[in-house]
Amino acid sequence: MFEIRFHGRGGQGAVTASKILALAAFNEGKYVISFPFFGTERRGAPVTAFTRIDNEQILLKTQIYEPDAVVILDSYVMGSADVTSGMDEDSFFIVNTDKDPSELKGKYRNATVDATSIAIERKLGDKTNPIINTAMIGAFAKATGIVSRESALVAVEELSPRKKEENAAAAGDAYDAVKIGWSS
Amino acid sequence: MQAMQKKYNAIMTGNEAVAVGAKLARVGFISAYPITPQTTIVEKLAEMVSNREIQARYVEVESEHSALAATFASELAGVRSYTATSSHGLLYMHEMLHWTAGMRLPVVMSVVNRALGPPWNIWTEQTDTMNQKETGWMQVYCESNQEALDTILMGYRIAESNDVMLPIMSMEDAFVLSHTSEPVNIPEQDEVDAFLPSLDLKYRIDNNRPMGYGSYSTPDGPFMELKVDMMESMKNSRQTINRVTSEFRDAFGRDYSGMIEKYAMDDADYALIASGTLASTGKYVVKKMRESGKKVGLIRLRFFRPFPDREIVDATRGLKGVGVLDRSVSFSASGSVVSEVKSALYGNSSIPVTGFVAGLGGRDVRVEDFYKMFDYIEKGKTGKYYIGWKEAQ
Repeated sequence: MFEIRFHGRGGQGAVTASKILALAAFNEGKYVISFPFFGTERRGAPVTAFTRIDNEQILLKTQIYEPDAVVILDSYVMGSADVTSGMDEDSFFIVNTDKDPSELKGKYRNATVDATSIAIERKLGDKTNPIINTAMIGAFAKATGIVSRESALVAVEELSPRKKEENAAAAGDAYDAVKIGWSS
Repeated sequence: MQAMQKKYNAIMTGNEAVAVGAKLARVGFISAYPITPQTTIVEKLAEMVSNREIQARYVEVESEHSALAATFASELAGVRSYTATSSHGLLYMHEMLHWTAGMRLPVVMSVVNRALGPPWNIWTEQTDTMNQKETGWMQVYCESNQEALDTILMGYRIAESNDVMLPIMSMEDAFVLSHTSEPVNIPEQDEVDAFLPSLDLKYRIDNNRPMGYGSYSTPDGPFMELKVDMMESMKNSRQTINRVTSEFRDAFGRDYSGMIEKYAMDDADYALIASGTLASTGKYVVKKMRESGKKVGLIRLRFFRPFPDREIVDATRGLKGVGVLDRSVSFSASGSVVSEVKSALYGNSSIPVTGFVAGLGGRDVRVEDFYKMFDYIEKGKTGKYYIGWKEAQ
């Protein structure tokens, strides 16, 4: 079983990202489950969402405490939520930032992508509220290899409520641009 | 990959799944009042009505009491009717719950299990529905989105059966099912139509055949006889439940095994009785414990009304100990489910019973909590234990 935790802010699409990833894995024949951290969702407040992927039916219905991957939609959320809780050195840590992976704190498998610039470039949202969740799916696919580039893009296109092609293109851009901070 | 796509043809939340279930059941009338976390059920149904995907009348009301009153009235007119609620909304329906069951109206209602205030809390807990156990409604607790959808279809078949004629409430855990996306198989409409024929209510309001409904009875009148008949119908409904569940399995290939589900029980020494999504996580832990040689199993309570007393006596025979997990508050008594389990076992078994209360107000019941519960059961601890609470320092 592979467990992913998304951290973002209300309005950034963390919950949608968890669903897109579930669909991408489902389309590759996997069992999936995705769910938000059930809180009072407010624009701007820290939001957590979860996806589990497995080869067999998923019975475990708790929150995710020891994630195999953490995806950070907004690097500023790292100051207000314990985003690395339960991670170890094998965990993937995929962050939306213009920094290099080596600049991130913590000994994880760090990967970075400037999803904000990609979203602005692809005219997703606006400069103050760019839609970055779809780009982060592309970055996740490349960094972890859990889903293919094609599956990621197909799922992004299917679940994006509008600008489907632009969102898929952003996921592709992020797949190509993500910086991997570990040697395989 | 193709096998997976054939087995499941959609990914959806529990609330979307029950809305699809109501649509496939061809409900002709819907009335509901929105309450978190039920809201997305009625939003979806309102959208389906507005898009004419579903031929139903949707009536907006100002409260849950009126929602069930309207549903009740439409069912009495012979139209298959549906409503959904949660938590305080269900409490507000309480009077109409008795009326719906007492008038023997086969309504199906979805309830999203949510804690009762104070303090305000929108997360999952079963106290809301456990409080309704004496209203004459059958109760089913679902553990997956697929089961939530399928239970709407089986629910109408069971409720509308001539030897039952009692309403049924089908439960989803707040958020853990209602807002969680899982793969689901949506059956074809023609398959559902073959399984669930249209409603032909025998005693319905009919201008050409005037009758009195729910009128008045003195102590010598038929009051007591009607209540005894309800109690007997509820008790005997297990035959219909078992029959409909096996017909559903034959039609759709999904087996819900009737009143309870036994998981890894064949040679088990110790078992936990649980319901809803806690049973699902419990199975995950049982599987892990089995891999390390522990002879443990799980009994999933699907129905709470009628209570599966005989089934539990049979399933626990030969065990060295059993634990019962209550996700609800019962003051002074040991717990809603554990009390019924002990009552069922009384005179039939001398097995030690451990009572657990966990997950109140949506507190996550974690894997280690289940290990702890099995440890208590193995040690033969009897009594009532709160699991996962923060003891005052």
